Amino acid sequence: MSAVLDAGFFRRWMTAAAAAVDREADRLTDLDSAIGDADHGANMRRGFAAVAAALEAEPQPTPGAVLVFAGRRLISTVGGASGPLYGTLLRRTGKALGDAAEVTPEALAEALGAGVAAVAQLGGATAGDKTMLDALGPGVDALGRGGGFAGAARAAAEGAAATVPMLARKGRASYLGERSIGHQDPGATSAALLFEALVEAAA
Amino acid sequence: MLINVPETVVADALRGFAAAHPELTVDVENRVVVRRDAPVAGKVALVSGGGSGHEPLHAGFVGPGMLSAACPGEVFTSPVPDQMVRAAAAVDSGAGVLFVVKNYTGDVLNFDMAAELAEDEGIQVAKVLVDDDVAVSDSLYTAGRRGTGATLFVEKIAGAAAEEGAPLERVEAIARRVNAASRSFGVALSACSTPARGGPTFDLPPGELELGVGIHGEPGRERRPMMTAREIADVAVDAVLDDLDPSGPVLLLVNGMGGTPLLELYGFGAEVHRVLGERGVPVARTLVGNYVTSLDMAGASVTVCRADEELLRLWDAPVRTPALRWGR
Repeated sequence: MSAVLDAGFFRRWMTAAAAAVDREADRLTDLDSAIGDADHGANMRRGFAAVAAALEAEPQPTPGAVLVFAGRRLISTVGGASGPLYGTLLRRTGKALGDAAEVTPEALAEALGAGVAAVAQLGGATAGDKTMLDALGPGVDALGRGGGFAGAARAAAEGAAATVPMLARKGRASYLGERSIGHQDPGATSAALLFEALVEAAA
Repeated sequence: MLINVPETVVADALRGFAAAHPELTVDVENRVVVRRDAPVAGKVALVSGGGSGHEPLHAGFVGPGMLSAACPGEVFTSPVPDQMVRAAAAVDSGAGVLFVVKNYTGDVLNFDMAAELAEDEGIQVAKVLVDDDVAVSDSLYTAGRRGTGATLFVEKIAGAAAEEGAPLERVEAIARRVNAASRSFGVALSACSTPARGGPTFDLPPGELELGVGIHGEPGRERRPMMTAREIADVAVDAVLDDLDPSGPVLLLVNGMGGTPLLELYGFGAEVHRVLGERGVPVARTLVGNYVTSLDMAGASVTVCRADEELLRLWDAPVRTPALRWGR
């Protein structure tokens, strides 16, 4: 992994995230139709495509600016719960990065921690509620422990897989009660894709 | 499906809506539907919105006596804050804006963000959350009860109060009172198909029904072999009355989910009236039709609102919208 990450890296991250979400959109929608309302793939695809296009037109100068800009685009284009939640994740992470021209992976891990805390506060969820937090938390923790992007991606994917036996307590899946058990959470699944995209951006 | 491509379904519908309703201002690009005479001087404005797929909710309820503006989102997806702020700015006369929000995580988060942004622009905003669906237990372990049929009661009655010139706090209080006095229960006889998916969003075999279904094709709580209209009415009305003290007259909405013929809906409505009569609940007004739908889902919901004289008077007040119009 490179020692420092510049604005170019963060733009590549967002582009890779758009590609990953596009690739996995059908799977996200399938997961969402089991315990939600079958639109998570379409919504994430629309949002991240808008982010990639906007960054193409207006490349932002710093890592923090890229993420704040991307977060705002998500809030303006996605709707549903995932728009404000993913938008807040990126916006708060970007704000925590400040206006540095380059940041270290350790600084990114710390900033992501602030972003994840903001998501938890906005959605009122905690770990184990069968939400995106169950992939974000392990991913950020692994990155903070020096596991690298690959380690973080692995931890986030395992976190998403671990939502299968959980009982949903937040969002639409919570309406199902016990019937939410046995399905992987679509939000945790898309959150894990963000870490996969980090690996691709660094490659 | 009678569409071009899934990506343009909402925009295409808005273009058609604009062509059919020249009395409304339809901003297709920004997805905002506004009363043509807005802002009305001195009048509190009502803004609502939500995912598309529930038509005529909400755009079909824009007009004198009901909503000032509506913001349609993607199919089953909450609109974005930009739409709500634009709508609020278009309709605010300075008397303030009431956001009518159905209780879904996405709608709540986006309207909360919009309220903050609108207040930054100097618009006074109040919010009412509609959560009438008794099929979801209201606990710390769920997102809370869903907003369904009571949305129509809230928008009609609070809209009438605003039309009479009531100030924002009063319109908000009435909206909250209507929501607190309303309960709903829905049943699905088939799954609905979203344009993006092109097929049913859940698996409900013929010969079975889903009790306690929501309005997004989210599976309900219990699946049973097919029942008669009489049996379904018993279950739905009792579920509603278990949660609502039925002392005095009620407003009744027998709502179709989009795929059930009116012939069946009226028959079901007769059974609902029968059960309410057996339980000693007098029905003051009844509305039967497809008002809060779930695309092509077959099924129905029952919404009951405990109504005092003031609420009945506001319900009877004139209304002139694409989907609801009476009086004057």
